[in-house]
Amino acid sequence: MTSESTQVSRENDFIPADEDGQFLTFILGNEEYGVDILRVQEIKGWDKATPIPNTPDYIKGVINLRGTVVPIIDLRSCFNIGPTEYGKTTVIVVVKVLGAKGERTMGFVVDGVSDVYTVEKSKLKPAPDFGGNVSSDFIRGLVTVDEKMVILLDVDQLVNRGIEQAIEAGSVH
Amino acid sequence: MIDLSEFHDVFFEECFEGLDIMESGLLNLDGNGADSEQINDIFRAAHSIKGAAATFGFDAMSGFSHIMETLLDEMRDGRRAVERRGLDLLLESVDCLREMVNSTKAGDTTPPPVVADLTGRIQQMLAAGPGAVAAAPAKSATAEPEQDGAPAEEVVAAESAEKSADSVAGSRNLWRIMFVPFEGLLKTGNEPARIFRELAQLGILEVKADTSCIPALDVIDPEVCYLSWNLTLGGDMTRGQIEDVFDWVTGQCELSIDLISGELPTQKAAASLSVVESVEPPVAATDQPAPAAAAVAAPASVKEESTVSEQTESSKNQTNAEPAAEAADGRAAASTAAAKDNGSIRVGIDKVDALINMVGELVITQSMLSQIGEDLSRVDSIGLERLRDGLIQLERNTRELQETVLQIRMLPISFAFNRFPRLVRDLSNKLGKRIELKLTGEQTEVDKTVLEKLGDPLVHLVRNSMDHGLESPEVRRASGKSEVGVLELSARHEGGDIVIEVIDDGAGLNRERILQKAVSKGLVSANDDLSDERIYNLIFQPGFSTAEVVSDVSGRGVGMDVVRRNIRDLGGNVTITSEAGQGSRVTIRLPLTLAILDGQLVRVGEQVYIILLVSIVESIQITAANMGQIAGRSELYRLREQYIPVVRLSELFGVPHAVTDLQAGLLVVVESEGRRVGLFVDDLMGQQQVVIKSLETNFRHVGGISGATILGDGTVALILDVAGILNECARAQESKDREFPRLAVA
Repeated sequence: MTSESTQVSRENDFIPADEDGQFLTFILGNEEYGVDILRVQEIKGWDKATPIPNTPDYIKGVINLRGTVVPIIDLRSCFNIGPTEYGKTTVIVVVKVLGAKGERTMGFVVDGVSDVYTVEKSKLKPAPDFGGNVSSDFIRGLVTVDEKMVILLDVDQLVNRGIEQAIEAGSVH
Repeated sequence: MIDLSEFHDVFFEECFEGLDIMESGLLNLDGNGADSEQINDIFRAAHSIKGAAATFGFDAMSGFSHIMETLLDEMRDGRRAVERRGLDLLLESVDCLREMVNSTKAGDTTPPPVVADLTGRIQQMLAAGPGAVAAAPAKSATAEPEQDGAPAEEVVAAESAEKSADSVAGSRNLWRIMFVPFEGLLKTGNEPARIFRELAQLGILEVKADTSCIPALDVIDPEVCYLSWNLTLGGDMTRGQIEDVFDWVTGQCELSIDLISGELPTQKAAASLSVVESVEPPVAATDQPAPAAAAVAAPASVKEESTVSEQTESSKNQTNAEPAAEAADGRAAASTAAAKDNGSIRVGIDKVDALINMVGELVITQSMLSQIGEDLSRVDSIGLERLRDGLIQLERNTRELQETVLQIRMLPISFAFNRFPRLVRDLSNKLGKRIELKLTGEQTEVDKTVLEKLGDPLVHLVRNSMDHGLESPEVRRASGKSEVGVLELSARHEGGDIVIEVIDDGAGLNRERILQKAVSKGLVSANDDLSDERIYNLIFQPGFSTAEVVSDVSGRGVGMDVVRRNIRDLGGNVTITSEAGQGSRVTIRLPLTLAILDGQLVRVGEQVYIILLVSIVESIQITAANMGQIAGRSELYRLREQYIPVVRLSELFGVPHAVTDLQAGLLVVVESEGRRVGLFVDDLMGQQQVVIKSLETNFRHVGGISGATILGDGTVALILDVAGILNECARAQESKDREFPRLAVA
């Protein structure tokens, strides 16, 4: 079942309505977020990034990922969940982002990775519309695992709509 | 049943390759007169397309190429003159065939309507028959001297018929073959008698040995070949068939194969390039039976001179390895170079070998270093010394390896130049101008990426030159110039750059008109004292690329800004110089490669940025006395009587902890497109070769930054976009100018 659903989601890059999906979850403060595991390229330890001038604070800069220059986004400050303390568990989750420009590789700084859950589509609850820093557009849904709420992110929306636009608006140049 | 479709891509690839060969071959025939190799090349290309198309069941394509082939065949055999009309038709057919290949590739095998039209026209021409030769024999024969070895077969036949003798009766061609083996021929296992036997199978053979070189018996070396032969071969064979027989001895003998006519022995001897002096006079002059042929019905009106010139030409096209006329050589080189341009690169084997050797050395150095690394547990001074040596060697190997790898990306610029003969030919016909295209430095090597992106700007420039620069023959005559305009495309290396120029001897740019236009567009003020150069280069401004400018100014408007943008994208620049009535010269200067550039590392606060070395003019320590301020904001620095604006990188990029005291830092003066600005940095660091990586791949464009690279310690450093910063600076200046009008800043 799992392998089947993997196959399907790989083709569509979306979980079809009647299929399950696997999500990698990570911790930001007290919250747990998840991204489609098929989008995760790798998880690496936090490494100092080269800042990019005139970009919002949550763009930590760029790092060298085996010869590729990859931008790093601090999700904590992006979602305004207090300042990040870079510690031993701080990691970068490197994900593939699809958008108009094709496939891009980006890294999200998170407090630590948590788990991998297989989520049944039927248990996925739509996010209610709420104000605040995380627009419901960027959330694919909410799911309850062991009585905890896990927020499943839509990385494409988050990057293409949320972050890009913020940079556009805030860009000095 | 084998599925052929997987081979389709290869087939299309080969088709395009073949079509390119045909096109450049046809153009060469047009410009330089016929040459047998050229026609053969074209014919072969058409033939392989036909064969392959038939194999794959693309009947329309094979049918059409068959008709082309028929026409070419007539030209090859000399039954048809190689004249403009035929060439035009063939060129059109090449275009049509290319279109067919394209549409077939796209899955549409129905032939385009133009096929029927062209087929009709070729058939018409074919039906008009070889009479085409007879119709204008003297003209055609002298204008384009010869095609194949078999060019004048009818002509020869006609003439020889008069002198016909019996020995080789029944044949159509009469060949004289001078076969002068080198001394070592026999040692290579070649037996002349066997060659002669094979020749005898082709037709009627007369063999005459020249024994004049045989030494006295006491000094004779039995293994040396002292003989040479004059052969006369009559029969219905082509030069190619004869060449095949001599295939094994190519390079071991002097060989000349001439089509002869009994009437013209002396001219022939003179015409033959490689005939050794000692050789007996040609067959026809001796008491050999004069060549004869039962003449194929041939035009009797053909003039003798034409025959001579054909033979003169044909004798130049020796089959042996001797270089033919220089021109032919150049053409051959060009057509080889034209062979292919696609995703793959054909690389000289020597380059790859060098690379393999370098990698080998690198591996050795690396293992040496790792060995030392293991020994480091007992660090001593000797160990360190060896480690340092190893590192130095590794550095050298790496650098050499890098250079060699870059070599592989290099291709001769002829790939970009090759399209121009056709373009110039077509466009000059259309414009009614007479234009001679000169290509120089075609072998100059450029990075493949540069090459690919260079094509369009060059086409633009060449079209502009032809359209607006070069005048019509009448105008040229009136102004005392040759009617034929000269357009030159040249390429050469200059320092680390490659310089490409488009030069014409046309009317030149109209300084006043450009100036007027620029003033009316508000690009410059009427009072500005501008150098000619400044004015001419105004045409690269976007404002000049509007349609009305084309008809307004002496031209050169359309898309010049696009040209400049493309060139700039490649990290190069373009300038134009011009002299009224004498023509103009557009100079494009490009970096040799895009892959690797030299960079200067600068430090601002805790950040390291890279400035490409090419854009740095100089780096200076700031003298307080030379600093100036305008309106308390813009900082200017007086550098040798020139004021340059100062940009503090720390402010521009918002870098904390940077030096603010001007005298504690350094000013790096950078230049782009003739404008200068001083970048204020904390310190200069080392220089490094940088591989530019785009930020846009995974992120987005960032103002003032052209890309990133990876430093020796594995971290990422950003590369400054000097042109971008200058533009930013100019914009900022403008907005200040509005507040404080007429504030002229250098």
